[in-house]
Amino acid sequence: MLERSEVPFEFFYCIELRQVLGLRAETEKELARLLRQVSLDSVYYHTYGLLLRHRYRAGAYGSDFATWAATQVRDRVLGERLAAVDPLRYNSLADLREAIVCVIDNHLESITVVPRVVYSEPFEFIESKIVGVPTGLEAYTLEEFMQALSETDDTTIYYHAIESRRRLKHTRTDFSAWLRDDLHLPVLAARVQALDPYAGGLERMRTHILAYCRQVLTLGRDL
Amino acid sequence: MNVIGLDDYQEVTPKGTVQFLRSLAKRVRGRRFLHINSTRYGGGVAEILHRLVPIMTELGVDARWETIKGDPAFFSVTKSLHNALQGREALITKEMRGHHAAINRENARHLSLEGDLVLIHDPQPAPLIDYRPAEGKWVWRCHIDLSHPQRSAWRLLRKYVAKYDAVIFSLPKFSQQLPIPQFLVCPSIDPLSEKNRDLSQAEVDGILARLDIPRDKPILLQVSRFDRFKDPIGVIKAYRLVKKYHDCRLILAGGGAQDDPEGEEVLADVREEAGLDPDIHVLELPLDAHLEINALQRAATIVLQKSLREGFGLTVAEAMWKGKPVVGGAAGGITVQVIDDVTGYTVNSVEGAAFRVRYLLNNPDLMAKMGEAGREYIRRDFLITRHLADYLAMLMILTGNE
Repeated sequence: MLERSEVPFEFFYCIELRQVLGLRAETEKELARLLRQVSLDSVYYHTYGLLLRHRYRAGAYGSDFATWAATQVRDRVLGERLAAVDPLRYNSLADLREAIVCVIDNHLESITVVPRVVYSEPFEFIESKIVGVPTGLEAYTLEEFMQALSETDDTTIYYHAIESRRRLKHTRTDFSAWLRDDLHLPVLAARVQALDPYAGGLERMRTHILAYCRQVLTLGRDL
Repeated sequence: MNVIGLDDYQEVTPKGTVQFLRSLAKRVRGRRFLHINSTRYGGGVAEILHRLVPIMTELGVDARWETIKGDPAFFSVTKSLHNALQGREALITKEMRGHHAAINRENARHLSLEGDLVLIHDPQPAPLIDYRPAEGKWVWRCHIDLSHPQRSAWRLLRKYVAKYDAVIFSLPKFSQQLPIPQFLVCPSIDPLSEKNRDLSQAEVDGILARLDIPRDKPILLQVSRFDRFKDPIGVIKAYRLVKKYHDCRLILAGGGAQDDPEGEEVLADVREEAGLDPDIHVLELPLDAHLEINALQRAATIVLQKSLREGFGLTVAEAMWKGKPVVGGAAGGITVQVIDDVTGYTVNSVEGAAFRVRYLLNNPDLMAKMGEAGREYIRRDFLITRHLADYLAMLMILTGNE
């Protein structure tokens, strides 16, 4: 028997206001140096934040640093190494920053000439402010949750699945926290938590969450 | 004519967009948002404000739009300043600087400058900052390519810009060393305007017949002001290279703007370069020829925007919205809109433009695929609804009570 939660899940939209920091890197060495000094908000923007932006670029990696190294500096080795740094594996943005800087430093130690942009674009450091806006949609049951999730835009997925990690400083998404703590569906919550946003983007996440929820509804119990 | 309201955008924008705007607007209802620029007609800024301001009003924001007035000498000065800021040689004398300031002083006497957020668009009205009231946040909105400015011109403008509370650029590469926050907001197109709304085939055919454009061969099109930064001569040269392989037409369609006195001179050069080639159509369109531009873009096979410098290049977004592949100069915002191999190609030379056009003409399936990807890309990132959301968020953040 599926439960009705006493606490509703309140769905939010979000919007990102971007700010240029006026810091530009033309070499990989400058990238590492500036990366050490920028705010953690900037680290967030260039890693998690790209999920909020549309991803049409062929060969785009999971961070702007990797994409820049591969496509602007044309240093595919560094691009691939940076692409392997999975932001979701780090407990804090400071740790994530350290991991990225470490990859760049190690790479630079292994080569004799510091790669730089020649005819392409320098790396521009940006940070952003994410503002949450209530959608007015709320859910007490799994059916209502599915209905609302299918109606909102993809910034809702970002706000509750990605931004929540920074906002609440914990590793669980808002979705999985509510599904486990309030609807008492721990397996469903774990499946939702395990979804990788970098493997296909926010719409793919939405599709999978809805599919898992549908399975639970069909079974009439947790997965 | 029916008045277009926010609900009309439901059908053309991504899911949830309109509801999102309504929720966002609740947070800033009643706040005063004043836009000031230098012209009501011509150019992308005026076009977008014509729709943005009424929608803001519909959402409960106290939105106003004022324009500054100036004499021909003023617009000549600001055109020189515009050119110099985009990197071209242009002399700005002490007298010219004085006239720029004096015309703004005169405008400040007549304009109501009250607002919780005052957005000053482009360099022409930038000196109005010297007359700001005690209350309200002032933001300078830069629509031009400031990536390689003449330093003397930037120094002149910077003394005004540094007095603002913040600045908005269209691209990171336009940002400058400034003591104030620098925000990023891309411009946008209005999918329901006369220039971008859906047209029937009969409408397109009728308009092209009226413009005397035969439909017997592929059409290459560039729509832009007759401005050297748009490189219309380079487009003709590229067309001539393509013409060796493909029988096609070239249409160069553009109008002036009230604040662009250089257009006539460039147009004469373009006509001379075109010579007597019957397949080159140089169309001088009036400022309100939105429907004609819409039809031309829909009739085009490939759209070019071979700019050498570009603020953003909204004609690229317009073409992509109509499902056309774009070959554009690797300048300004064109590089953000044209994704190589996905929505078109960016090029750096006449030869590059010709090569890509030839390649596309040989691959109609690829053109269709790129057109589809382009329309979807514009739907998500470059429609007026996204632009409106950015401005509402800015109003919320800069005027407090997030």
